[in-house]
Amino acid sequence: MPNLIEDVKKAFGNDVIEIEENYDDVVVRLTKAGYEKAPAILKEQLGFDFLSFIAGVDWMPMPVEAEEGSGDTSQPAQPQEMTFGVTGSASRFQVFSHVQSTSQHVGLTIKVDVDENDMAVSSWTKDYPGADWHERECWEMYGIDFIGHPEIRHLYLPGEFEGHPLRKDFPLLARVVKPWPGLVDVELMPGEGPQAEESE
Amino acid sequence: MTTDSTPMIDIDPRDMHHLAQAQMNVELDTGDMILNMGPQHPATHGTLRLVVRLDGERVLAADPIIGYMHRGYEKLTEYRTYPQITTLINRIDWLSSFANEVPFIHGAEKLMDIEAPDRAQYIRTILTELSRIATFILFLGEMPLQVGAITPAFYGFRDREHVLNLIESATGGRFHPNFNRIGGLKDDLPWGWTGECRRVLDICAKSCDDFERLIVGNEIFQARTRGVGIITPEAGLAYGVSGSNIRASGVDWDLRRDGPDYLSYKDIDFKVWTHPDGDSFSRYWVRLQETRESIKMVRQLLDKLPSGPVMAKVPRIIKVPEGEIWVETENPLGQMGYYIYSKGSTGPFRTKIRSASFSNVSICPWLLQGIYVPDVVTVLASLYFILGDIDR
Amino acid sequence: MMNLLFASNGIDIGWGTTTAIKTAVVLGTIPAGALILGYVFLLKMMSHMQSRLGPMDPGGFHGWFQLVGDGMKFLQKEDIMPEDADKRVFAMAPIVVLISTFLVYVVIPVGPSLYVRDLNVGVFYALAVSSLSVIGVLMAGWASSSKFALLGALRAAAQLIAYELPLLLAVVGVVMQARTASLQGIVEAQHEGAIFGWDSIGLPFIFTQFIGFGLFMIAAQAELTQPPFDMPVAESELVSGYMVEYTGFRFLFFFMGEFGTAFAFSAIAATLFLGGWTLPGLDMDAEYMKIVGPIVLFTKIMLIAFLMFWARFTYPRFREDQLQKLAWKYLIPLSVINILVTAAFIVWI
Repeated sequence: MPNLIEDVKKAFGNDVIEIEENYDDVVVRLTKAGYEKAPAILKEQLGFDFLSFIAGVDWMPMPVEAEEGSGDTSQPAQPQEMTFGVTGSASRFQVFSHVQSTSQHVGLTIKVDVDENDMAVSSWTKDYPGADWHERECWEMYGIDFIGHPEIRHLYLPGEFEGHPLRKDFPLLARVVKPWPGLVDVELMPGEGPQAEESE
Repeated sequence: MTTDSTPMIDIDPRDMHHLAQAQMNVELDTGDMILNMGPQHPATHGTLRLVVRLDGERVLAADPIIGYMHRGYEKLTEYRTYPQITTLINRIDWLSSFANEVPFIHGAEKLMDIEAPDRAQYIRTILTELSRIATFILFLGEMPLQVGAITPAFYGFRDREHVLNLIESATGGRFHPNFNRIGGLKDDLPWGWTGECRRVLDICAKSCDDFERLIVGNEIFQARTRGVGIITPEAGLAYGVSGSNIRASGVDWDLRRDGPDYLSYKDIDFKVWTHPDGDSFSRYWVRLQETRESIKMVRQLLDKLPSGPVMAKVPRIIKVPEGEIWVETENPLGQMGYYIYSKGSTGPFRTKIRSASFSNVSICPWLLQGIYVPDVVTVLASLYFILGDIDR
Repeated sequence: MMNLLFASNGIDIGWGTTTAIKTAVVLGTIPAGALILGYVFLLKMMSHMQSRLGPMDPGGFHGWFQLVGDGMKFLQKEDIMPEDADKRVFAMAPIVVLISTFLVYVVIPVGPSLYVRDLNVGVFYALAVSSLSVIGVLMAGWASSSKFALLGALRAAAQLIAYELPLLLAVVGVVMQARTASLQGIVEAQHEGAIFGWDSIGLPFIFTQFIGFGLFMIAAQAELTQPPFDMPVAESELVSGYMVEYTGFRFLFFFMGEFGTAFAFSAIAATLFLGGWTLPGLDMDAEYMKIVGPIVLFTKIMLIAFLMFWARFTYPRFREDQLQKLAWKYLIPLSVINILVTAAFIVWI
């Protein structure tokens, strides 16, 4: 593993903002320029031939609809300050991807910050054709553009869908349609309950 | 079949968008015909829509349109606690549902720095391999159905019933066991389960031999599948094809042996099967051998099953400390992984679910160029995807 | 025919009534034959081979009423036609298929004088008329205005035309050996023949024409678009191909046409190769043969149909180009060689 950190630092040089080892995995945060050069370097120099996935993450804290102490169990309580994970982040959105080498049995996670005002990073489709569908999904879920992608269009959602669902400020539509019933201790039998008792 | 390293389909995207309103008029000229296979179609294993442009019976270009079963799991996991998520992720790959829970629970346990006791790890491995046997036996029966032989499908379902009964007697659910808990398992195995398990393994071994005699040697099956849908190793890996599909192209890579340790695979010996051709026949053959290998693995695990508790000490309310982790496992369909971001609360902050069939099916536009319509069905059947896995 | 049947009783029935009775018998045999084949082989034998039971409830005893009930169900369904379909051609297509089936039954002999017509080109007439169903299939595929149906119909046209030749050439050897093309004459030739002088069992042509028998069975399987040759109705791709838009009684006609033709082809195969309605040792002209003949032929039909349906459930299907290659490159040369060898044997032995 230490070998991998050294190799990545040498291959990317100044484009490495932070690199860290994390639970059998190495996480590296690159600059946008580094991310653009990344697929070629990863594939040819470092020998990562397998693309696992490309995805996005929105670091904004989860909006809380319930009040403190109301007993609302509709969602787990998340911290309200914006903190970032391993190798940090400089912006609200990040794109992270994972590649693996089938011959040397190592993996690498690559992160890149996405500026909120200019939500675009370069596409990996030239060297890893499988990035096609992953980037389409990332675009439709977060709104991040991928420069150089042959054709960004919706993957999961119907063509006329508006909005980007995985962003934290996009509500979970199931809750909007039908509010969470709250904590239900015991399901009453039909015929029981306050109304039934009144009619006796 | 092109072997271009950066192949992309060149259909005008406007063609695809208007297909929903297109009239199915028969054209007299011999121009290209756009055929819409699905979303309701016997060959596409569920609601996959494959739009192909045909010249006679040859496919010029194909575009899979997915998302008919998109349930929004990644968004849902942000609103659930960890034990609640186990129920959700059972339903990603519903044919081998125990195997889906394993990487997630493993990741959460690693973040909490809890280790499940040995007995729990062994039982988890046994149940994972049993679900692999169940789903592969179904595949061995159901791929010949796509090719035209209607009888082996029944044998596949019949033999799979034995394994499902076994899983049900241990976990309470045939399809969605929901048996894993953070720290171990919900319950121990019932009395007499190991003896029953051995008996079922004998039935499955005989079933594999039946399939080999009936299907693998059949000349028509070989004529239909040999040389059809060849995936080269470089293209396959670049697209993210994993599991038996890429092992059938000669890549010797199995996460049970080569990835970070998880479950009890380091305690048993097993062989990783590969095949040099990359065609549909080799994918069938590799899965047949892997079923046999899984049967041997379960036998070894049953012999070595230790005694002890099945649940480690975990706090009553499970709060996973802050951190990130990437876990990947060798699921029956391929490489399945979870990237869990946790911020110290009772539920994850973000879960990225990397499902195997998503990448396996993304190779279709490249793979289906230039083959016949019947071969499209053969290739799709040999890739063995599950819609829930693609659409999450 | 009825004259002969009732000649001893002195009842004289005119030609019109005779033809009407014959027509009624044939029209009744087609659904009956289709039902019997469908129930015994498609429902019961296939189920047992697939380790399940098949229908057990309808009618009480092992579900014998299942197909009759299915027929009644089809009759009462709504008559739907696709909006863009060519209505008249769409309606006529199943009738064309059924007519071609009906016409085959005209020459099949069931007893000493139990046939509708004993044409002296019987065999060739039967095979020629059965190939009229190609027109019906093409009409169905075209008029359905569905791309799946069209694909299925074009595949069917190519396949049915390609396999006509092996079918016919396989029969030529039999005709040469029997010295006649009339089916009744072929039955006689097998009954009277001798194997190198030993004439206790006659000479069923399956012994000398085993290659022809194999070719005929393969070609018949292809003519009926049954697996392994069922590309036109490939269930897992085209979902019944050219029949996909047909519902209700029109689909019933297709179904009856398919199984009725299977029954007819089995009858022809039994007549050509297994000896028809006679058994060795029985007197051909006896009166009791009018009862025993049909029973004997029915047994032989069941035997041949067993082989056909067994192959149907076991094999995967050929792809279209592999199918054509099999016909043109292997079956036709083989059948020509069969004819040459038969001719050599006849001339020199």
